[in-house]
Amino acid sequence: MNKSLERLYNGIFRENPTFVLMLGMCPTLAVTTSVVNAIGMGLSTTAVLMFSNLIISAMRNIIPDRVRIPAFIVIVASLVTVVQLLMQGYTPELYKSLGIYIPLIVVNCIILGRAESYASKNPAIPSFFDGIGMGIGFTLSLSCIAFVRELIGAGTIFKGLIALPNNNQIIPTDFTISILVLAPGAFFVLALLSALQNYFKAPSATNTGMSSDIACGGNCSACFGESKAHNHNAIDKDIEEKELEAKRKKEEALAKAKAEKENAANAGEGK
Amino acid sequence: MTQLILLLISAALVNNVVLSRFLGLCPFLGVSKKTETSVGMGAAVIFVITLSSMAASLIYTHILIPLKLEYLQTIVFILVIAALVQFVEMVLKKNMPSLYEALGVYLPLITTNCAVLGVALDNVAKEYNFAQSLVYGVGTASGFALAIVLLSGVREKIENNDIPHVVSGMPIVLITAGLMAIAFTGFSGLI
Repeated sequence: MNKSLERLYNGIFRENPTFVLMLGMCPTLAVTTSVVNAIGMGLSTTAVLMFSNLIISAMRNIIPDRVRIPAFIVIVASLVTVVQLLMQGYTPELYKSLGIYIPLIVVNCIILGRAESYASKNPAIPSFFDGIGMGIGFTLSLSCIAFVRELIGAGTIFKGLIALPNNNQIIPTDFTISILVLAPGAFFVLALLSALQNYFKAPSATNTGMSSDIACGGNCSACFGESKAHNHNAIDKDIEEKELEAKRKKEEALAKAKAEKENAANAGEGK
Repeated sequence: MTQLILLLISAALVNNVVLSRFLGLCPFLGVSKKTETSVGMGAAVIFVITLSSMAASLIYTHILIPLKLEYLQTIVFILVIAALVQFVEMVLKKNMPSLYEALGVYLPLITTNCAVLGVALDNVAKEYNFAQSLVYGVGTASGFALAIVLLSGVREKIENNDIPHVVSGMPIVLITAGLMAIAFTGFSGLI
């Protein structure tokens, strides 16, 4: 049970897919124009993520290592089709407004990333909770971004989700900055977010001091599967090397200081 | 004919795949450090999207519709794209080593590019016929190539500029992309 809770915490805070791992940027930018879209996208991704993690983890000993990526893709694609058909049947409006981004959950790096780095190595129950944690983390971060964009860009809050007086309009339309709900606004909001990460030196995929031999240029959203594992190793190695270097320098400096002290003492004795 | 040209322009400029629809954002931000590599990536994307758009359109109209299996489109398309990329890689390696040398490293990265699957799904959703699918594929891919080459040009220029520490790295790239997106919304009056 503890392990499951730990996975939930890990997904929501410590390895938050959007703010920390910077995975799945395409849907993050595309659907965060309103909170209702963000929650719809987040929950459908969560549904796919928890069942794909569960199935992949349950089948991890059957799938041969060499064809694992195609096998994962087929499992994920089937689940996405199920979710797509369910949404088409029960929430047609949401399905219409999310459009092509629903089937594109297949290529969302979060799902294959978790399958590759967690579900294929761990038992079914923790993997299931890992999926839920990651999904909730994703949903919450999308909702946060969407809340800001919707409030400043359109002047509404939770439009379409709950009914508030005055058609959910908080800021009069004359005072909204409509560029925030348009395409460029998405880039600016994300830029602001990663600038904040830089400022607080928060752990994030984009502000590690990465070495240049990484295929994706250090941007973790660009890679998955083997290249991802390789790149993560490269980043970890890089950090380790830097730490070692710093340690070595410190020791050297200490040794030098000591030697100088001794020299001075010797010189003093000589006199 | 006019309709096809309009489709090409609207796919490449007005509804630019990265800057207004956010598909293929990952390579757009990841592989745009140098103009040289981004030209390679752009060329590889044009190549793969054109082929996969044609293949997906043919498979959908001639296999999935007659068998009434339209609901399998997502699974079929992603497998077709993955297989196609592998196949293209092998053919290029064997027959056109010079082209393989130029595009080879980018090909595996493309399988996970959502623009490729996005175009295939768009063709179905908008009920394009074969010729329209082909033109739409070429247009979308050229829009991607244009955007990534432009961004890499800007990134090379700002590399040596004095950027405040807080926005250096990813934030400044995103701000650049946002400004480019504003510029591209200007094209919406084109059609």
